[in-house]
Amino acid sequence: MAKQLEKKHGLATRWMHWLNFPLLTVMIWSGILIYWANPVYGIRLFGYELFTFFPAWFNEYLGIPFRLAEGLQLHFFFMWFFAVNGVVYIIYTIISGEWRALLPIPESFKRAPLVALHDAHIVKKLPPQGKYNDAQRIAYTSIILMGAGSVVTGLAIYKPAQLSWLTTLLGGYDWARWEHFWLMIGYVLFFVVHIVQVALAGWANFRSMITGYDIVDAVVPVEEPPVAAPEEVAA
Amino acid sequence: MSNDKEVLLEKVREFEARTGHTVDSFPDDPNNTASVLKEHRYLSEPLSPEDAKRQMSARSRRSFLVGGAAAVFGVFGWRWISDETKAGLYQRAFRFNERVSQIFYSPKRLSTEFALDQVTKPERFNGGEGLDGEIATADWRLHVGGLAGRTDDLILTFDDIKNLPRTEMTTQFKCIEGWSTIVHWAGVRFSDFAAKYAPANRDGSVGDVANRPEALPRYVYMATPDENYFVGWDMPSILHPQTLLAYEMNGEPLRPEHGAPLRLASPTKYGIKQIKRIGRIDFTDERPRDFWSQPEYGYDWYSGH
Repeated sequence: MAKQLEKKHGLATRWMHWLNFPLLTVMIWSGILIYWANPVYGIRLFGYELFTFFPAWFNEYLGIPFRLAEGLQLHFFFMWFFAVNGVVYIIYTIISGEWRALLPIPESFKRAPLVALHDAHIVKKLPPQGKYNDAQRIAYTSIILMGAGSVVTGLAIYKPAQLSWLTTLLGGYDWARWEHFWLMIGYVLFFVVHIVQVALAGWANFRSMITGYDIVDAVVPVEEPPVAAPEEVAA
Repeated sequence: MSNDKEVLLEKVREFEARTGHTVDSFPDDPNNTASVLKEHRYLSEPLSPEDAKRQMSARSRRSFLVGGAAAVFGVFGWRWISDETKAGLYQRAFRFNERVSQIFYSPKRLSTEFALDQVTKPERFNGGEGLDGEIATADWRLHVGGLAGRTDDLILTFDDIKNLPRTEMTTQFKCIEGWSTIVHWAGVRFSDFAAKYAPANRDGSVGDVANRPEALPRYVYMATPDENYFVGWDMPSILHPQTLLAYEMNGEPLRPEHGAPLRLASPTKYGIKQIKRIGRIDFTDERPRDFWSQPEYGYDWYSGH
């Protein structure tokens, strides 16, 4: 069967995607260095603390204690690159028309659970889709909204006096810090699911995020290339 | 994956057969898969499987080399930069952020004020630098430098401060560590203090805080009597209406650990800038030294909200 090379991801998309890896790593790492100075969050249920962010072994193993100033230095330097990368990505997505493949459509919210059931091998049939399935549309749009959320909640903590309206809108200074923290946990969860899905999707899919291309069966039916005549093969 | 493609392919063909449209030019039809497929696809000419594989290999080699080189360059490049260079980089970033903040800064924008019953109890204590020994309010003196019409320090008593207009506010005290408390303060607006004790302008004329703040020196330096703790403030932040020279906290005279008899209180900067037990104030056009922004600590000099 005839094949085609399909360009899946533009050069800009690929660079911006991969830049997020070191940028988010540095932002999360420096954020944890900052958080250590006032580590007040945990998962509590009926008054029981099920999990503390972060356990002593975690802080000790990673060498986190007493590095607040370093955390602030990294955070307030790399924040620019993280924010600019995100803003450029959004603009690029709009101009290139990529948003069509990425934004959820009304059906997405109905069909995304079916995609999840299919991925869990419970349902055989995969709902119809474009470049991305409905679960992907929701996930890839959510992560952008989360990025915007991190910038906005970050600003509310960074400039709570000049932007007091924003801080108030987010529920006050302490809530904004809480939201900023949980968005970070959200990134980590997204990352874990993302890695598992990429591993399951296979090598060709991963390769397409690096090369931009994938080999697909010809979408538009084409005539099979003429079979070489036997005498040519013999020659 | 192949399952995805089969479904996709099936839908495309079904749609093409029915409408005569090609996959790249779909009309809006929300009830049909086609509405999804109006996304653009960028496809090469049809290729034999061998050619497709060959072209893909060439692209893979190139992209993985470039990507790998970028990763190696990024990691080792960052490691190669010396710690001193990085410290300088972070300082420049702090200065850059400060300038951006000041472009958007307005003294008219106020920090949220709270009700008296929202005051955090008990209040929190943190930071005792510069507070060694005891100081009786009657013996305390405030040295003020950089005033108009004089080269020596003006020396003020606690009564001189109490005679200035009194201002109260209930605001959030934010520590750079990440915690915050709500505190009720009473004291003198720094802007009222500087209106009464006018600083010399940069050109030597008498400063007018209310009408010509742009002619004032750019900074204020403050230190404890022993100068073991000291801070530098930019003029716009210290003239903010919510920056007080405070002598009361939560309805009581300041206690020694909170900076008796006079400290700075302001929701416009972190607690590290709200110096306790002020012994001297200097109006200056030179960027003052600041305790926590010294290189061995490395915090942001501006630390402004």
